[in-house]
Formats: sequence, structure tokens, C-alpha cells
Amino acid sequence: MTSNDGYVLLALMLVPLGTAGLLMLIPSKERAAIVGLTALSSLSMFVMALYVFCRYSFSGDSDSMFQGTLAWTWMENVGVLGDKGIQLKVGVDGIGASLALLTGIVTVPATWVSWKIQNGLKDFFILLYILVAGVFGVFVLTDLFFWFLFYEVALLPMYLLIAVWGSTRKEYGAMKLMMMLMAGSIFIFTAIFALFTHVGAGTFDMEVLIDAQKTEGFQKTFFPLVAIGCGVLGAMFPLHSWSPDGHASAPTAVSMLHAGVLMKVGAFGVLRLGFQMMPDGGAYWAPALIVVGIVAAMYGAISALKQTDMKLMMGFSSVSHMGYVFIGLGTFNSIGWTGAVLQMTAHGLMTALFFLLIGGMYDQSHNREIPNFSGMAKQMPIWSVFFILASLASLGLPGMSGFIAEVHIFIGAFRAYPVVGGLAVLTAAITATYLLRMLAQAFFGEMNERWTGLHEITVMERAGATVLAAAILTLGLWPTPWIDRITPSIIHIPGVTL
Amino acid sequence: MTDIMGNGLNMQYSLLLPEILLGLTAFLVVFADLFSAELKIGYRLLPLLTVAGLVAALAASLILADQNSDFAMLVTVDAFTTFFRVLFCAVAIALIIGSHEYIESHVNHPGEFFALLLLSTAGASFMAGARDLLTAYLAVEVLSFSLYIAVSLGRNDPRSGEAALKYVLLGGVASAFLLYGLSFIYGVAGSTQYATIAEALGGDVSAVRGELVLGLVLIVAGLGFKASAVPFHMWTPDAYEGAPIPVTAYLSATSKAATFALLLRWFAGPLLPAINEWQWMIAVLATATMVLGNLVALQQRNIKRLLAYSSIAQVGFMLMALVGMSQITAGGLLVHLGGYLITNLTVFIAVIHFYNRTGKEQISDFKGLAQTNPYLALVMTAGLFSLAGMPLLVGFFTKFILFQSVVEADFLWLVVVAVVASTISLFYYLQVIKQMYLYQPDGDPARWRLTPTGYLTTGVLLAAVVVLGVWGTPLYEVADHAAAALFPA
Repeated sequence: MTSNDGYVLLALMLVPLGTAGLLMLIPSKERAAIVGLTALSSLSMFVMALYVFCRYSFSGDSDSMFQGTLAWTWMENVGVLGDKGIQLKVGVDGIGASLALLTGIVTVPATWVSWKIQNGLKDFFILLYILVAGVFGVFVLTDLFFWFLFYEVALLPMYLLIAVWGSTRKEYGAMKLMMMLMAGSIFIFTAIFALFTHVGAGTFDMEVLIDAQKTEGFQKTFFPLVAIGCGVLGAMFPLHSWSPDGHASAPTAVSMLHAGVLMKVGAFGVLRLGFQMMPDGGAYWAPALIVVGIVAAMYGAISALKQTDMKLMMGFSSVSHMGYVFIGLGTFNSIGWTGAVLQMTAHGLMTALFFLLIGGMYDQSHNREIPNFSGMAKQMPIWSVFFILASLASLGLPGMSGFIAEVHIFIGAFRAYPVVGGLAVLTAAITATYLLRMLAQAFFGEMNERWTGLHEITVMERAGATVLAAAILTLGLWPTPWIDRITPSIIHIPGVTL
Repeated sequence: MTDIMGNGLNMQYSLLLPEILLGLTAFLVVFADLFSAELKIGYRLLPLLTVAGLVAALAASLILADQNSDFAMLVTVDAFTTFFRVLFCAVAIALIIGSHEYIESHVNHPGEFFALLLLSTAGASFMAGARDLLTAYLAVEVLSFSLYIAVSLGRNDPRSGEAALKYVLLGGVASAFLLYGLSFIYGVAGSTQYATIAEALGGDVSAVRGELVLGLVLIVAGLGFKASAVPFHMWTPDAYEGAPIPVTAYLSATSKAATFALLLRWFAGPLLPAINEWQWMIAVLATATMVLGNLVALQQRNIKRLLAYSSIAQVGFMLMALVGMSQITAGGLLVHLGGYLITNLTVFIAVIHFYNRTGKEQISDFKGLAQTNPYLALVMTAGLFSLAGMPLLVGFFTKFILFQSVVEADFLWLVVVAVVASTISLFYYLQVIKQMYLYQPDGDPARWRLTPTGYLTTGVLLAAVVVLGVWGTPLYEVADHAAAALFPA
């Protein structure tokens, strides 16, 4: 990647923001214009994210951590700020490029399925695209001030998106989610302030902050703050409790983006702010992270066993799968970490598919209780095929995205702590139990007469599901492009073993 | 002219041009109001005249921006003074344009009201510029007395009189504390001149340490009242609720900012050598104010009371910057003050226009505003989110800079308290936003529009909130320049 590609990175943030701005000017009645604009915008985001992913050069000279770096000075040499001070600076490493691609992929179907919203379509998309801009910003920005700004931008629209367009206990879910995530920001705020002052270079430039000398005491003190702060967004046990409620009450597209992408922002924050900025602290706290990860994985899976609401089950399943991510990060070896980043992508794709499908069915039946369903495969065959595919990906069937990620994590875990590796494999078995049980209950057996009125999911939903299913299979069958980009970026982090 | 020691004094009256213009306009407005029947002038001329005077004062402040001298050893004219002069004039202009309809229908004696606003603005800018304790005290009283009367001017609202009485009684006590404290400082330092006091306190004061600390306690208590810091905040919610809304806005904006201008002048100047004596007092005050202001705000049902407690909480953030006094924290405080004034005015002017239309001021009355007036709901939302420090809005940027500068001064623990408090604040701001967006309107669901001046002021302020949130560089540079004037190298 050359610095000219930095403009594409910049565009990744500006296109959704600009779309949100343009939408404000369109009258709410012009549904066709809103649909057209969002179609164009989401597609261009996807193309740009794919371009960034493809252009990222994983073999070339690796003297710089970030590629496509481009910076504009925002303010410098005033007050607390020294040279470089605050810059609008973009750049990606392999991890950022992979996750930006994930965001690009998920945004397209999330846009498609939202077109059927009747009330306040325009306002919904304004908020949704502000959220997307925030997520892209986190993955491509390399200035800590703007990084945190976009991190918060990604959280901000969530309250209204859930409280206005959500279902079931939406007010409760929205407020709980918002307050917990903002409470997480307290820790990140504190760590950023302390880091800036400790380094004392008067700049928020991440490259400077990463290269700067930080005392071991400082790193050990502030790494947990980052891990907790970002961990809330990553649904790290025991800070996950907003996540099942939030997902259950969110509208379809928001669940897709939130479980699919936003939770990854949390894990990404632990990587970028935690391990990259404070590797010594990371090494010190990695065992704790692994314990938290395995507890989350098992707790999430066991809780999912008990759920009857499909969305709640997926919410707990997400907690469990994010637990794998934290196990991967806690291994502190390159294979485990590669697995963690792969798992972020894999889980993002399949959860998005799950929520898309559940949403498509719920809009007709207004019911998500698994025991109320049976024999759905006869009534909605296409829907069922996609659902089964997502379930198989989720339980880690070879050939699907989940398998490749989990294998990496398990190998990493066995290298670091064999016991954890064993427990992780056991968790995978529990995951298979609740997913297969749900499939058996809801999709096969006698057809429930109550649901004979249900139709197949809409064309847009089928198209969206196809996109996600294709991505799941691609990652499952040909993961090399991802691994080639992720692993070299991880080697940069000091102290990581092979 | 010379002083009593026979030294020459700089009697260049043009240095005081902004305040002179404000005073003259005040008399002109009262005069015009008095003879309105004879001169056949309507209400409309009064706000126009006031705004004209304020614009002239603002222009004069900008012309004097390059000055760096003093008037008769009493008033300094430097970047710091200019910063506040401009800020205060701009606040008053926005407030009058944004609320002249409200003043016409809900305020007794609009002529006096405008005159009081002008006089208090003059008092406020003297508070920022004073370089002598007595001048400063007189400026404080000019501001306070104008506001005591202004609070009582609400038409047909018994709460207005009650609020004024509370405000004047407690304000009077606070002034007494302040004056008593100043007399101790005079006793210790032997002068009322800032520069001389700084020299005296820089020397050996161990013999009079008790008197010094007592003086400082009294000063902090007195100014704590004026700034409504906990535990001296009791008058604030009642006065805010009872006063006409523009006065409430003015109390939370100019009056507060002027107090901080004075605090900065004193604690960065004459009292800086005694930092070890007062640092802990301010730290305690800041912590209590942040925590209590935010917790009590959670229980409010009235939008004016909510904003009162939210402004108390904001005072806590600002006090924090005084604790580790340096040019950097002073710059952080000024940035935040600028951002806070803009944001607070945005919210208040939106509330004023809501009240003009509905005559209601409970939080639950905001139900369904997103349907009846989506624009006003957007303005309110942006303003409240900015107060909570949410990104892409000026509040995020200024809080970030303020907090970072306090961490630079090695007060990380205070900042942790502040960040927690700031998160709590989001909860009660969300309660208002929730009413606007989640519920159906209670009464008339018809759409309504603002008046043209309403669109103008809220539009300009909203633009400022967003633009400075994304590109706050100019604000920070001006604030840093002003802070540098406090700490001459």
C-alpha cells in the first residue's frame, strides 16, 4: 500500500458520515432516494474495504507498522500538545485491514434488510451510518485522540437505534447497554490520559506512543484498565451482561452490526491499546485474560443451553465466542493471536447471518421462542438452509469460517496452557449441543400448524444472507489471505512467541 | 495623575472603552424605555439597542486585543481580559437575540432588564480585568446586584420573587465572606494590588499563616457561593427554577464564567505563592461538586432544575483545573469554559423557545418533541450530548483537553472522579432525550416552527457546537494565548 491509498482509508470514514449528512437533506417521504443512496453508499464502502484488504502488502518491506499512512495536523504546540499534537492520521495494519473488510461485508446486508423499516427510515439510516463511520474510524485511525473519538461515535447512536426501533424490552436494553459501554469508556479515558502524560511526547500519534519507552510498572497498572474498558464492548465476562439484553431488543440491522462488528471493536481495542501500546503489561496480565476468556466461553455456552428466545441464545453464544477471542489474545503466541483475529471475523460474519435470519422470521411471526417452532424446514426451506449453515459455522464445522479460527485458538491455547486448550474444546462440544438441539427442535419434526401463514424471507434478506454465507465459506475454505495479513502484523508486537 | 506614592498612573480611558460603551447603552436603554410613550417607540427597539451596544463593545474589545497595559493600576487589559470581554459580549448578544420574544411576554420592565444585563456584562468583564482586590470586589457586586434584580423580574410567577429573595440573602452572606477574606489578605500582604500581594506572599509568611489560611477559606467560600460549588450551591436550584429562563441562562453562563475568570486571576496571580494552603480546599470542593451535582441531578423533574444541577456538576470539572494551577491547566479551563458557554446557551435557547410555545418546563413535557419539532429536538439533543461530552460535539473536545491538562498536572485521581461523574451525567441527559424521541406527544401533535430569530440563534450555536467539536483548534489557540497572559514568562 502506498500513502495514496490513505485517501481510501479516509474515504472509508467519510463516506458513511457524508451519507448521513446527505440523508438529513432528503425529505423523509422520498423512500426511493433514501434506498438508492444507502445502496450506493454501502456498496462503495464494501468495494473500498475490499480494495484496502487486497492492496495491503504482506510480503514487502515491513519497517513501518502501518500502511497507507497519511496525516493532517489538527493542532500542535498549544497547551498540552507538542509537535504533531493531534493529527487526523490514517493507516492500517493487517488486523485493521481484515476487520475493515468485515465491516464492509456486514454493512451491505445490514443496509439491505433495513429498507423494509416503515417508521423513520431516514433517521434510522442516519444513525446507522454514523455508527458505521465510527467503526471504520476505529479500524483505520492511528491517532489516539481521533481513535477514541470515533470509538465513542460508534457507541453514541446505539441508544436511539435500540430504544426507538427495537423490540421487546427496548428501553431497558438500550439504557443498560449505553450506560455499561460508557462506564467502560471511563477506563479507556483514564488509560489514554495516563499514557499521554507518561510518554510525555505531547502527541497522540499511535506510532510514537507504541515506540516510546514505558516503564513496566506503568504498563502493568494501566493494561487492565484498557482490557476492562474495551472488554465491556467486547462482552468480556463478567462485563457482558448488556450484550444479550441489548441484542435481544435491538432491531435486526443493529444486532447485525453490533454483534458482528462493534463487539470486535472492543477486542480490537484490547489489541491496539493494550497489547501494542503496553506489551509488558499485556504479558503480565495475559494469564488473567485467558482465565476470563475460558470462563466466558463456558459460561456463555452453558447459558445459551438454557435460553429459549433465539436472539437471547445468540446473545449468549456471542459472549461464548468472544470468550474464544480473549483466550486467543491471552495465549500471547502468534498462532493464538491469529486465531483471535480470525475468530473476530468468523464470528462477525456468522452472527450477522444469524441475526439477519432471526429478524426476517420475527418480522412475520413476532415470536422467537424456540419451543414454539417445529418443522420450519418445510415451511421456509431457503431460510432454513441459511440458518443451518450459520449454525454449522458457529459450531466450527470444517470448511466453515468458525473452524479455521477455532483451530488456531485451540493450538495456541494448547501451546500456552494445555488445560485451557482442553476446556476450550469441551466448550465447542457444548456449543454444538445447543445449536443442534435448536435445529432439531425448530427445523425438523412435525410442522407446527400455527406457522403455516409464514412466508419465505424477502428477496433482499435472501440476497444479504447469500453475501454473508459466501463470505463464511470463503474464509472457511481459503483463509490464506487473512492469515497472510494478520500474522505478520502480530510479529511486530514485542514478546510474542511463535 | 499619580498614586499616593507619587508614581505616574496610566489614565488612558480608551482601554475601558468596551465597559464604557456597555454602561452608556444601559442608560440609553433605560432612557428609551422611560420615554417610550413620548418618543413613540415600541418594545422592539430595546433589544435592538442593547444588541447594538453589545456589538460595539465586542468590536471595541477586539480593537483593544493587542493592548497589554493597565488602567490606573486597577484594570489590566491583556489577552485574558479580551478573551472574556469577547465571550461575555457574545453570550449576551446570543441570549438577547434568542430570547427577546420571551422577555417581551414573560419579563416585567424589559427596559430595566436589558439595562441590568448590560451592566452585569460590564461587571463581569471588570472581574476578568481587575488587578486590584477592591476593583475586583466592586465588579463582583455590580454583577451580583444586577442579577439579584433580574432574577425577580419574572412576570406572574411567584417563584421569581422567592428565588430573588433566596439569591439576594445568600449572595449577601457570600459577599460578606468574600470581603472579610479579602481584608485578611490585605492584612497579610499590606496591599490590594495583585502584584504586590504576590510578592508579599512569595516571601516568608509563616508568622501570619493562620490569618492567611482563614482569609483563603473565606475567599474560597465566598466565590464558591458565586460559582455554586458544593456545599455552597443551595441557592442555585431555586434561583435557577424561579428566575426567567434567560436570566437562568445568564446565571449559568456569564455569572459562572466571570467567577472563574476572577478565580483564575487570583489563584494564578496574587495567591499562587500560597498554593499549598488552598490547593486541598479546591480539590475537596471540586470532588464534592462533581459527585453531588451529578447525583442530585439524577432526581430532577424540572428542566431548569436539571440544568441547574448539571451546571453545578460542570463547575466541579472547572474547579479541578484550578487545583494543579499552571498555564496548561488554565488553558484547559478556558477551552472548556468556552465550549461550556456555547453548549449551555444552545440548550437554554432551545428551552426558551420550547417554553414560548408550550409554557411548560417539566422534563416530561418534552414528550414527542421529535415529532412536533424535529429541528428543536435535534438542537436539544446535540446540546445535551455535548454537555455530556459526547464526540463530534464541542463538549467532547473541551473535556478531553481539560482532563488531559489536569492529568499533566499529576492529578490523575481527580480526573478519574471527573470521568465517572461525567458518565453519570449522560444518564440524566438521556432522560430528556428519551422523552423527545421515544414517546408520542401528549398534547397537540401538530408541527410547529421557531421564529426566525430562533432559527438564527439556535442554528449558529448548533453550528458552533458541531464545528468546534470537529475542529476546535481556533478555540484552543485563543484560550492558550489568554492563559499565557496569566503567566508572564
